[in-house]
Amino acid sequence: MSTTFEAFETRAAAVSAEVHRFASRHEALAFIEGFLREVGVSETPGSGAVWVEGSFLEGIGSAHVASQVPGVSFEVTREAAAVAKVGISQLDWAIAGTGTLVQDATAVEKRLVSTLPPIHLAVIGTERILADFNSVLQRLQPEQINYIAFITGPSRTADIERVLTIGVHGPERLIVVVVDDFEKVTA
Amino acid sequence: MTTEFKDSIETALHNPNLTGALGRFSEAYRISRAKAYEGIDFEAVRDRIAEVKGNASSRFEELAEQFKANAERRGAKVFRTSDPAEVKRYILDLAKAQNVQAVVKSKSMASEEIHLNKAFEQAGIQVDETDLGEWIIQLAHQTPSHMVMPAIHMTKEEVAEVFSQEVEAGQAPDIPKLVKFARGKLRPKFLAADMGITGANIAVAETGSLVIITNEGNARLVTTLPRIHVAIVGIEKLVAQVADIDPILTALPRSATGQLLTSYVSMLSGQVPNTDGSPKDLHIILMDNHRSDMVKDPKFKEALQCIRCATCLNVCPVFRLVGGHVFGKTYTGGIGTILTAWFDELKKSEDIQGLCIQCGSCVPVCPGKIDIPGLILELRRRLVVEQGQSLAMKAIFGVVNNRRLFHSMLRMASVTQKPFKQGRFIRHLPLFLSDMTDFRSLPAIAPEPFRDKIKAIAQPKQAEKVVFYAGCLIDFAYPETGTALVKILNKAGIEVVFPEDQTCCGAPARYSGAYEVAAQNARDNIKALLETDATYVVSACPTCTVALKHDFLDTFKTLGITDALGEAQRLSDRTIDFSSLVKKLVDEGRLTFKEGQHLGKITYHDSCHLKRTLKATDEPRELLQKAGHEIAEMYECDTCCGMAGSYSLKLPEISAPILERKLKNIKDTGADKVVMDCPGCVMQIRGGLDKDGSPIQVEHTAERLEDRFE
Repeated sequence: MSTTFEAFETRAAAVSAEVHRFASRHEALAFIEGFLREVGVSETPGSGAVWVEGSFLEGIGSAHVASQVPGVSFEVTREAAAVAKVGISQLDWAIAGTGTLVQDATAVEKRLVSTLPPIHLAVIGTERILADFNSVLQRLQPEQINYIAFITGPSRTADIERVLTIGVHGPERLIVVVVDDFEKVTA
Repeated sequence: MTTEFKDSIETALHNPNLTGALGRFSEAYRISRAKAYEGIDFEAVRDRIAEVKGNASSRFEELAEQFKANAERRGAKVFRTSDPAEVKRYILDLAKAQNVQAVVKSKSMASEEIHLNKAFEQAGIQVDETDLGEWIIQLAHQTPSHMVMPAIHMTKEEVAEVFSQEVEAGQAPDIPKLVKFARGKLRPKFLAADMGITGANIAVAETGSLVIITNEGNARLVTTLPRIHVAIVGIEKLVAQVADIDPILTALPRSATGQLLTSYVSMLSGQVPNTDGSPKDLHIILMDNHRSDMVKDPKFKEALQCIRCATCLNVCPVFRLVGGHVFGKTYTGGIGTILTAWFDELKKSEDIQGLCIQCGSCVPVCPGKIDIPGLILELRRRLVVEQGQSLAMKAIFGVVNNRRLFHSMLRMASVTQKPFKQGRFIRHLPLFLSDMTDFRSLPAIAPEPFRDKIKAIAQPKQAEKVVFYAGCLIDFAYPETGTALVKILNKAGIEVVFPEDQTCCGAPARYSGAYEVAAQNARDNIKALLETDATYVVSACPTCTVALKHDFLDTFKTLGITDALGEAQRLSDRTIDFSSLVKKLVDEGRLTFKEGQHLGKITYHDSCHLKRTLKATDEPRELLQKAGHEIAEMYECDTCCGMAGSYSLKLPEISAPILERKLKNIKDTGADKVVMDCPGCVMQIRGGLDKDGSPIQVEHTAERLEDRFE
């Protein structure tokens, strides 16, 4: 598992994603809260964070997080996401070979938080990192899921003079929080 | 070629921004592509793509119906049409019915193909491209010059000027700032649009899925924020099953931009919720526009294996000089020439097909395994069939097809050239012929052709005979190459036979689309060359070797000539190029190099046909090294020298800068000799170095090896 993680980390870092690994959800949460404060998430308009709830917060509770970091909202709307500074969501799988995150993004909230804010923070379980594209497709079946999103690093362009520039229409930063004690693969 | 077309080439060549940007890109591209494919078996990947897409195109009708059924089951509306006008009508009717005020688009070549933006503008509906490159060219009122990087022809200064004029005054030519500016200006448009339009890179029949590949993230916004999503998909994007995505997704980012994967890949299958919770109004238009006609054409069916990565543009020595706009309004470069001929009409390719120098650089790197130069040659042939050959070409081929007349004219030329001759060269020609000698000197016709010379060579009688096919250049301009070849083969105990009736190999006719002429050349040569019972037919000209080995057969097959196929195959089996034959003789111990020779540093130029058709790259190098040379490899050693037969006569303005680059790369090695296996390349490179006054010697491998054996 750890070699898979290292491969993922190397590939993801190569495409400018920022990868952080934690042993437990609590450590990861502490990092996230610190990160949100550091980038200036607050209740000031334009400084909020939108978070799509998932199993990561089970037993912790969104209310707890909101009380720790004012400005974090779990009501993900188009309007809120359009003015938020950070979008947070849980990803389903990752691909070590390309440093890619994969998600069933049929729910529109998941797409809003990973497309509109300038920073996208993605949470994923370490065991969810698989070797390649085909391994992921076998688990996330397109015959059943209407929108599968593959995300590899932040938004980028080289359309002017081929100069690589990060952050065009999507996020300019992609923070990946990998958690060991979370979302174990049981099947 | 039309004057307008010639003018567009002239304009492009004199645009230093364009040639500078494309030149640098082509250099960086090779490196990033190679790096992206590290650890990947490219041949296996492209075999899979060719198989997957080849099978899909044989089943378009079935797969389109299957896709439609599956996508509709999941809430999409699928509209199939062969007519671009109907695509536009469908979208405009939908826009009107749904009261659409504003449209955002992510990049779609299919929409460029049908000029959709114009239709929106005429209908008074605001439409904005959101891919940065597409937005720039939309604002600049231009068309894409490249399939992957539509605005690659523009500098940051030009982009800043377009933004300042069209959007908001005062934009500085600073790339990060320009990108931020675009983000800021386009974001409200995404949020306000009622309709989003995308293309698709892959459409999967078994699930009704669309796969959309982007880096900027605009397609994710286009498919998420507006309440209506319309995807315009050419039917060649269809594949049968989900498993077929893998090879395409492996190759496309690596070949297109040197990435392992793009930032975003979205797989959309049916309706998804809108931001207000309502189901998205999803329309998928499967557009044919002559694609199923291509399926029915046995030659051109393979062009549907294209995944639109634009590698054939990026590695093309001509594209990097002229850019995309000379090719037309939508698809550019090698594959663009073919697609234009089909999606538009054959006549539209009349001028642009002439841009292909037939060097074959795109063939080994095409992920779809498409023989792009071969298909362009087929376009050329069909154009000649449809429109006839020009009078000038007719006159030339009339001569070439009559060996006696042709050869007597060449002999006559050795006399009439006298006023222009300076030693071995013709340095200036008067009037309209001056184009030929502006950038390189031409070889003077030899006073005594090889066909006369060989009679004076006293060869020892040997049991083993090899037939020598000289080709026009060695016979009439460089007989010394032929003499060297005879001397070497004699040392191996082989007697060289020169059949008098051999004539032009037909390459000039074939590469001009005059297949009937080429077929007659082929028949004459087959007869002459098979008369002697010989182990091999050897040629020291790779273009001639390819003609004997491959082209005669292909010309006959294309024309439906069957009676000569058996003989053509016999000739093909017997034919070998000079370096491969000598390497074989050395390996068999029949030729031994003189020992202890230290002959110094040389550089070697790979000729297009030798490297890419005959696949002989190591053979000449090994021989030259064993002879005692050290090879200092030049940069881009296998890039075309710009000669390409009559190309340098038809398009000297392109041939000249290609040669200039080659000469620079030769000089940069510091070697005082450059060696090559092709007399055409010798003519071009020797002529260029002579014009330059450079002391670097140019030699054919045969001449270099002439005195190297015991």
